[in-house]
Amino acid sequence: MTTKLFGEPVQRREDARLVTGQGRYLDDLGPGALAAAFVRSPHAHARIKDIDVSAALDVEGLVAVYTWEDLPGALAEPLPLLIPHPALTHGRTAYPLAKDIVRHVGEPVVMVVAADRYLAEDACALIEVEYEFLKPVVGVEEAAQGVHLVHEDVPGNVGAHLVQEVPSREGRSAAEAIDAAPNRLEFRLDIERSASMPLEGRGVYARWDADDGSLRVYSSTQTSTSVRMAVAAKLGLPLPKVEVIAPDVGGGFGVKIVHPWPEEILVPWAARTLGREVKWTEDRREHFVSSAHERAQVQHVRVGFDDEGHVLGLDVTILHDHGAYTPYGIIVPIITSTQLLGPYKIGAYRVEFSSIYTNTVQVTPYRGAGRPQGVFCMERTLDRVAAYLGKDRTEVRAANFIGPDEFPYDQGLIFQDGRPLVYDSGNYPESLRMLKELIGWDSFPEMKARAAAEGRRIGIGIGCYVEGTGVGPYEGGHVQVTSDGRVHVSTGLTSQGQGHETVFAQIAATELGVPIERVSVVTGDTRRFGYAVGTFASRAAVMSGNAIALACRKVREKALRIAADALEADPRDLEITDGIVHVAGTPSASIPLATVAVLSNPLRYAFDEETKRATQFSGTSAPDRPPVDEGEEPGLEGRDYYSPIRSTFASGMHAAIVETDPETAEITILRYAVVHDCGKLINPMIVEGQIHGGVAQGVGGALYEKMVYDEHGQLLNASFMDFLMPYATEVPRIETAHLETPSPLNPLGVKGAGEAGVIPVSAVIASAIEDAEGIPIDRMPISPSDLHTLRLRLAG
Amino acid sequence: MKPPPFEYHAPVSVDEALAALAETGPHGKVLAGGQSLIPLLNMRLAAPSHLVDINRVGELNTIAARPGGVRVGALARHAAVERSAEAAAVLPLLRQALALVAHPVIRNRGTVVGSLVHADPSAEMPAVLALLGGSVRLARLGGEREVAAADFFTGPMESAVEPGELAVSAFFPAPPPRSGTAFQEVARRHGDYAVAGMAALVTLDEDLRIAAARVACVSVGPAPVVIDLSDACDRRPAASVPWDAVAAAVRDRIDPDGDIHATAEYRRHLTGVLAVRALKDAARNAGTEAADE
Repeated sequence: MTTKLFGEPVQRREDARLVTGQGRYLDDLGPGALAAAFVRSPHAHARIKDIDVSAALDVEGLVAVYTWEDLPGALAEPLPLLIPHPALTHGRTAYPLAKDIVRHVGEPVVMVVAADRYLAEDACALIEVEYEFLKPVVGVEEAAQGVHLVHEDVPGNVGAHLVQEVPSREGRSAAEAIDAAPNRLEFRLDIERSASMPLEGRGVYARWDADDGSLRVYSSTQTSTSVRMAVAAKLGLPLPKVEVIAPDVGGGFGVKIVHPWPEEILVPWAARTLGREVKWTEDRREHFVSSAHERAQVQHVRVGFDDEGHVLGLDVTILHDHGAYTPYGIIVPIITSTQLLGPYKIGAYRVEFSSIYTNTVQVTPYRGAGRPQGVFCMERTLDRVAAYLGKDRTEVRAANFIGPDEFPYDQGLIFQDGRPLVYDSGNYPESLRMLKELIGWDSFPEMKARAAAEGRRIGIGIGCYVEGTGVGPYEGGHVQVTSDGRVHVSTGLTSQGQGHETVFAQIAATELGVPIERVSVVTGDTRRFGYAVGTFASRAAVMSGNAIALACRKVREKALRIAADALEADPRDLEITDGIVHVAGTPSASIPLATVAVLSNPLRYAFDEETKRATQFSGTSAPDRPPVDEGEEPGLEGRDYYSPIRSTFASGMHAAIVETDPETAEITILRYAVVHDCGKLINPMIVEGQIHGGVAQGVGGALYEKMVYDEHGQLLNASFMDFLMPYATEVPRIETAHLETPSPLNPLGVKGAGEAGVIPVSAVIASAIEDAEGIPIDRMPISPSDLHTLRLRLAG
Repeated sequence: MKPPPFEYHAPVSVDEALAALAETGPHGKVLAGGQSLIPLLNMRLAAPSHLVDINRVGELNTIAARPGGVRVGALARHAAVERSAEAAAVLPLLRQALALVAHPVIRNRGTVVGSLVHADPSAEMPAVLALLGGSVRLARLGGEREVAAADFFTGPMESAVEPGELAVSAFFPAPPPRSGTAFQEVARRHGDYAVAGMAALVTLDEDLRIAAARVACVSVGPAPVVIDLSDACDRRPAASVPWDAVAAAVRDRIDPDGDIHATAEYRRHLTGVLAVRALKDAARNAGTEAADE
């Protein structure tokens, strides 16, 4: 049947537009708008003594120059702390423009508005800011000593401190369980900073309509609804007078869920103040130093285990570097500490993290959001357990797996959404079996021996993860069938390239029984849907997908009711196929959905053929009842929301074979295999695309990407020349296999897939390099130069 | 990332370009492929008040391959030189090196002479010119001079081009008969500047022993480092050269710096490894060349 599209590898409907240059990204909009540019701090930590703008005033085309002192009302206050947490005792956020003190290189100090960006930057170059230097605090361990402070009123630079502890079934604490264990290991792990680094940076374009007293804002954001609320609140505008639209967005990966960015409120404010269109498009250099980074942690691990490799006790202490500010709270270290356990049930667990301020760019979630660090920790631990016991690494993992019959499984921790960490479903032994088969795990020793005979070094690695996806609180969907038979779907969350125009249309086409060509999807436009949370945490398919399905079911129910009236049939006997409502088994007794849409509205001006045609059916309202009966609404549309009790837990396992050059220490990934379980697949092709993109970013984190700060807090590699995002040439071909363990928590049985690919890659590559080299790998990323240094250390 | 204001000159002949450069002197900067200059302008790391764009000077778009070598005009793009069968026949090293210069889209626009003038010590083409003992022709209003590679690269990003001068062409001399060349490098990512690398030239004697061997190393000094390894190869056939001693000789002669991509120690080690690989490749190619005679 043509309309059963759920589960099919439907080609992405947005690609033709996006790959032929027809996309409308932020900077494609408002070609005549004034341009904003920012003077940003060149110092990591300094007090602003004076700002002299006089030289800039001569620049032709200059329109306005603003500093913190110019900001009125709520704009002059610190930016909101979005996600407070009791453990975040010292949350701090920046001002939209720096007030008195700058705390990282790149912090905005002055906003300039000019006729174009060239002139705006010319003016920026002429503004002189006098600074008094303060001691920069760089490096999480140095910062944790608290000798110098990032914020004067935050002792020890500790923004948050949180301990979670789950005793063993026998009531032992982690410390007791480790001490009592027959085998114990203790070690340290390091993970470097990386960043979301979308190819399109941030950007804001605002139009003030003076006649209407309203503001339209376009932002390259992952949450237009929340930007709208922030802009209305900060500018003191009534919410209905502000509309925010996310146009085509060239990637987000987490950084664009942060809101409001300083520019997101300053640019609309300037547009209103000046009565002119104003636009700011972030450039790459700005993105490196003024958006957000992630990943950096130092972990200290203690583990106790028995001779079979069962983990009896695990104690992890994490120093988390969250940069200069905490606008997004402590989501990242919370996720690290809770998702660290992955698919395993362990005896007793204690995790403690300190979230530490440094004079560097703030840390907010980047695809994976703390999970890659947690998985690195757990998987490195299990590899060490296996090495210590002389066991196969997969055997040790299998020994610790939660069994397929143990769901729902309560890990005894509190997750990022403040709810208990309870896994809904999964089948980890089957995943492992599939992965071993896909990569050829059991025959690898022969392959390795053959390579060794040729003087080559190869190694195999594995990594497993569980990912909480589809966090609440809710998303909504609206579905309208118009009298031309078209289906208009909208949802409030935004799209950054995921393929929502395709998958949401697949869901609607399947639920309503219409051809996908008749379905259009709008996301991230507050004119169409006002209530939403946003696109992050692998939640769009779970949250909006289910909401749209529920909204479609409302529409379907109404359509069948109206059609039953018109056809004098029982609604229970009706089906919808290819956009036609018909009596099951009697195709001749039918009415097009378009006609049903006409009938749903008592007002039937004959504007189009469908409306004219509808008059042949007798009226749907009885003469003794109002045309729109009680409880009814005109139109064939439905709106519904999906709000889950808690997250749904996807999982996966990756394996890789790498080769290391004995002379040059170059590291090549020969094979990369993924077994992935995100519940019911809506579109396997899109899921695979998500996996590919995630693995590519994971390869970046494992082998290439780091943010290199010097002791002065200067970022030394703030360009694509020196920050090494992998090219297509660095990403291996990825072999995938899917396992479908439906989620019992939502109507579609789906789980999130957006972040999955990136999560275990560092752990997998470390595992494989360790296998090839016989050298413990305890930090990521690892470059050929790093590997050479490790070899020298081992040799000498 | 927008450039500061500058005055734009668009000459259509060498004479016009030289006149513009003479007029603007130290304030003028030549724009050819723009693959380095435009980013420098956009980052405001360079702020010349005059740009002299030579892209309309058609007479500079030349590749002249003769038995004695290849002369490349200032507007010849990397891609054109890379694809030139005539140039490759005279001097295979050009193609061997150009395949490693960045990515195709950059090679489509960037120029060989521009790369030489930019004098990045990590770039391939300066090493090629240095290895072969080539030269760059510099013209100014009313005269020109030919500067040998050894004198041309004066420091990191510094060349012998004086204000008012335009590098109009570069000459890459063909090596003697029974010679072979190779380029070997390790870059962090495909197409990146090399962490270490080198161009190698080996000339065999009539008995196919290595008569002369030379490398030009990138990324290990302020300019390409040319090392004569003829003695280290000990006039032996490639199969019996004491390669460890050759690698050691290379490592002794360089003084690399560490940076965020590699330690100095790794660069030194890697340069030795790559020298041996490049020389072996070059010797093999020389053997093929000798067999074709």
